[in-house]
Amino acid sequence: MSKYVVRRLLQMIPVILGTMFLIFAMVFALPGDPTAGKCGERPCSEAYIAKYYEENNLNDPLPLRYVKYLGQVAQGDLGENQYEVPVAQDLEQRYQVTGKLALMAVGFEVVIGIAAGILSGMRKGRFVDNLVLVSTLVVISIPIFVIGAVGQYFLGVRLGWFPVTVSGDATVYQLLLPAMVLGSLSIAYVARLTRTNLSENLRSDYVRTATAKGLTRSRTVGLHALRNSMIPVVTFVGYDFGALLGGAIVTERIFNIQGVGGYIFRGIQTRDGVAVVGAVTALVIVYLFVNLLVDLLYGFLDPRISHD
Amino acid sequence: MTDTSVRQDSPTAPQQSAPEGGDAAPARSLGADARRQLARSPLFWVSAALISVFVLMAIWPSLFTTVSPNESILRESRSLPSSDAWFGRDFQGYDIYSRVIYGARASILVGIFTTTFTVLVGGMIGTLAAYNGGWIDGIISRITDMFFAVPFILGAILFMSALADSFTSYFGVIFKVVLALTIFGWPSLARLMRSSVLTVLPNDYIRATKALGASPWRIIRSHIIPNAMGPMIVVATINLGAYIAAEATLSFLGIGLTPPVVSWGVMINDSIVGLRTTPHMILFPSLFLSLTVLAFIMLGDAVRDAFDPKSR
Repeated sequence: MSKYVVRRLLQMIPVILGTMFLIFAMVFALPGDPTAGKCGERPCSEAYIAKYYEENNLNDPLPLRYVKYLGQVAQGDLGENQYEVPVAQDLEQRYQVTGKLALMAVGFEVVIGIAAGILSGMRKGRFVDNLVLVSTLVVISIPIFVIGAVGQYFLGVRLGWFPVTVSGDATVYQLLLPAMVLGSLSIAYVARLTRTNLSENLRSDYVRTATAKGLTRSRTVGLHALRNSMIPVVTFVGYDFGALLGGAIVTERIFNIQGVGGYIFRGIQTRDGVAVVGAVTALVIVYLFVNLLVDLLYGFLDPRISHD
Repeated sequence: MTDTSVRQDSPTAPQQSAPEGGDAAPARSLGADARRQLARSPLFWVSAALISVFVLMAIWPSLFTTVSPNESILRESRSLPSSDAWFGRDFQGYDIYSRVIYGARASILVGIFTTTFTVLVGGMIGTLAAYNGGWIDGIISRITDMFFAVPFILGAILFMSALADSFTSYFGVIFKVVLALTIFGWPSLARLMRSSVLTVLPNDYIRATKALGASPWRIIRSHIIPNAMGPMIVVATINLGAYIAAEATLSFLGIGLTPPVVSWGVMINDSIVGLRTTPHMILFPSLFLSLTVLAFIMLGDAVRDAFDPKSR
């Protein structure tokens, strides 16, 4: 087990370095003048531009700049953004908001998705099953920004059930609707995934054996069939957590949430390279660690999978 | 062996007619079986019909409307649906019906090209990794991981912003979107292809072909790929819908296609401020976008059911 974890962690190092380089290269290929607007309405003086380029290593070739940046990051310094605020300080604040949002979305995904999947998987071909199938299909095919805008209008503005936008504090109540919107697509996928796997497992030999030896229905389904059906669902939810953190850009824009997505988007638009690279790198690292965690979870769900 | 069990499970075919049952006795290939199953599936026909309509719209929009999508009648700005303009008019007084028809082209082009490229790149890389194994597999898998670790939409946004000033013509922008979605979309297909090639490789027929002295290229082309690409085709079909939605998302954020190009994402972006007062402006492009995505997802479902007898 520990050997497996060590090997996975070692494999992660080249992946993190490679992904960071990928992002680094794209961010620094962003068009525009990095010193534009730094000196008010006048163009910057030659001396200031030279100093700025020197301080930010902008005269070096890309690989050298990347290595210098890595050296900086290795010392725990993510640099400063355009407003000379340390990026780490911004990220700490914004990751709390986006992390809360993504966790709530995953919560909805797990609770609503799995419940709907169990309902329809156990009554395959009946009314509930068809209802779940059709409604998930509808949710999957409507783009998230339409769901978000329409949900905000009807549930927020018209009915007044939820706050329309989210304040800087981002309380749990304010994030309820955005989390539901962010998770809507995944709720549908989880429901379908649970349904397919559960109905497949319900037809398997070991479930028949369990029924034959006199186990109650709830024990058969809950203990045997459901546990075996959860492996693909756990994989999906795990991979999805990272995607939700990064994909929150659209939801954050609609509900005016001060999270990482908005930070990255504004960073791209204002050509704030240091801020974008720092934020995305943090995202990728979180994502890779969650994936490792998911792979380790397999062993608990299915003892046949061993990591030795 | 599987034939009989499938036929018993299948609710859509209670009785096989005599001639069909007769020719089924000798081995029927998986492909032929899948095609037969597809032809019986109503889901397949509904989605195929929808897709044909949208593709026709993309190729030949003037077949559906005679009104130009860029003919502005400002006096009638934001007017509701009427006999004159079936879906009403938007802020600029453009005919929404005409714009929705002309907007199909961008979505269909992006969907089809991205799917083709991701299948080619992902399939090739996945097969290479699995067939060679060893250190080649190790390196390819790590490279796949690097691209996989960047969230899909985020990567596409970064890429589009980095190339914001180049390729600004209509097809240039579409090409850029296709490239962005391909770069961050191929890893999932490569992983899928790698794992399905790995399950095909230990089969006896592969070893027999090797023993007979077939070249690696021949083994891959005529034995591995036909047997391993089922799962990838299914996922690619479903992904096609997702790519169309991704293109609309990029346009919605203002970094994909931009006016004066007509696209559903651009239309939704333009009309979202009028959601409270003029909901018809956002309804129609969203409806068409959703229907297109829905059609490809249903097609993917139908294809999966046909290729995977277990899920029936």
